[in-house]
Amino acid sequence: MHTYLEFEKPLAELEGKIQELKGLAHQDPSVSISDEVEKLEAKAAQLLSNTYKNLETWQKVQVARHPNRPHMIDYIDQLVEDFTPLCGDRQFGEDPAILGGMGRFRGRSVVIMGHEKGHDMESRMHHNFGMARPEGYRKAVRLMDMAERFNLPLVMLVDTAGAYPGIGGEERGQAEAIARSTDRCLSVKTPSVCVVIGEGGSGGAVAIATASRIIMLEHSIYTVASPEASASILWRSSDKAKDAATAMKVTAQGLLDLGVIDRILPEPIGGAHRERVQMIREVGDAIEEEIRGMEGLNGDALVKARREKFLAMGRIVEE
Amino acid sequence: MNWINNVVRPKITNVFKKRDTPDNLWHKCSNCGEMIFHRDFAANLKVCSNCNHHARLETDARLGQLFDNNQYTVFDVREVQHDPLKFRDQRKYPDRLKDNRAKTGKPDAVTVAHGPLDGTEVVVAVQDFAFMGGSLGMAAGEAVVRGAEEALARRCPYILVAASGGARMQEGILSLMQMPRATVAVQLLREAGLPFLVVLTDPTTGGVMASYAMLGDIHIAEPGALIGFSGPRVIEQTIREKLPEGFQRAEFLLEHGMVDMVVHRHQLKEKLSKLVRVLMHRPGTDGSMTHIPMPVVSDEDAGTPPAVI
Repeated sequence: MHTYLEFEKPLAELEGKIQELKGLAHQDPSVSISDEVEKLEAKAAQLLSNTYKNLETWQKVQVARHPNRPHMIDYIDQLVEDFTPLCGDRQFGEDPAILGGMGRFRGRSVVIMGHEKGHDMESRMHHNFGMARPEGYRKAVRLMDMAERFNLPLVMLVDTAGAYPGIGGEERGQAEAIARSTDRCLSVKTPSVCVVIGEGGSGGAVAIATASRIIMLEHSIYTVASPEASASILWRSSDKAKDAATAMKVTAQGLLDLGVIDRILPEPIGGAHRERVQMIREVGDAIEEEIRGMEGLNGDALVKARREKFLAMGRIVEE
Repeated sequence: MNWINNVVRPKITNVFKKRDTPDNLWHKCSNCGEMIFHRDFAANLKVCSNCNHHARLETDARLGQLFDNNQYTVFDVREVQHDPLKFRDQRKYPDRLKDNRAKTGKPDAVTVAHGPLDGTEVVVAVQDFAFMGGSLGMAAGEAVVRGAEEALARRCPYILVAASGGARMQEGILSLMQMPRATVAVQLLREAGLPFLVVLTDPTTGGVMASYAMLGDIHIAEPGALIGFSGPRVIEQTIREKLPEGFQRAEFLLEHGMVDMVVHRHQLKEKLSKLVRVLMHRPGTDGSMTHIPMPVVSDEDAGTPPAVI
């Protein structure tokens, strides 16, 4: 069953009608409706393409959070062979909000990690909706250490509303864990690629997003704080999330203009959730291309370039 | 607006307005309610003489506290992009900036200066909560980076006094990017073997806390300061529980291993001086040299690993 977003209502009606007609034809094969269905399908395709061509910021936020959007687990399934997940921060616990491990990606050994939001109620609870605690970030540091030690490229997929705000997390140093993870991510002497596949929320995203190359999917978002949180800070009301998202330019297009990301990866018409296999394959292609582009660079050169890239952000370019 | 305001002429209403002179003379402690003569309060570095509550200290007072005889030079900070998002919430962002500049007399939330601290040259960055909640935007991030550059150039310690609600929403993603930028600055200091000391004051939360404020060689907190990642209001709303007494206070962080010490404001300079002198291989303030001077390593030797581990 396809989940329709609020702005996809006309599309839902149209596609519903097509299904209905098909069902009718199935019951009574004597009725010829193929012409009608064809016409409606063409109309639906046109509508889909028109809708997605001009998505507003808030609509993109909804697409980025679409429940059927491919998640970390889906990318691993399709892209990584011999994947072995690793668990625990060796200090306190295991945090399933961030998954990570090693495997083979298109013939290369890599370390891959990312936020997992879960796909149904049970798995969402298990992964804490992709909102990590300190243990998740400390596990990330462990994985980055290993990537460097074994000279493996590092792939990071970002999909989180933010780090989890809770009592335990604060007691165990949520802020310190994020700071150390960002720190390690910047200093790791191996090629690193980050892809924002859904939602990149605040410090919880930055912690594993300070990569050599940063890619965003066309309808993903990357924000200083979730639109709801920003609205409650700026307007004292989370109902203004739509305004906050728009004002903060949270879309891939906005971020590319600001020089914060390197590249936008187009999504299939109708969003990543409609053509999941194709989307994942294309993300794989982009990651492969980026890793290949960094091959032959030594660790120190990679770190230097990464530092310079971040230091240059927001600076006025002197002519 | 009450109807009387429309009818009664403004000049007459002025007579009924409360005079604000008492505010200028007396400070009421927000913790114990003690009334303190304003001048005494300032002389006491805004620490309540009755209950020791540490109120927020403005930039100039902090710099004056740390540097000898108020001698210091403030650095200029590179210009940053001006309102790249053309942001407006209830008000335009440039208007907010203008008001905060007028209110604090500072160009942005972080001021960086250098000068002697008990005779040892240091670079100090002070984040002022009075300037848009000490929020970390591009200018503040640039100031933090600038401080590190100056400390590197002068080969001296970098002391950062943090106070911030977190990232500056009005600058969107570019404000978030100040976290990695400041982190790079800390890495450069670390590689150069220069001390980076962080003083956490009330309040330090959010993106500031989750980057440079937690990457110091030594973390010092002021008593009672609110320090954490998520603000208490956000946590309460998420878990729908009342937070325990003392949660996210300086003493709580000490207990949980996130800070090295909680230091009374009156002892802060002395403590920093002691740490900086030891880390920089300097004699004590009384001239005592209790350690063996560091051996001089030539550049050639520096590159070779030790023969025995």
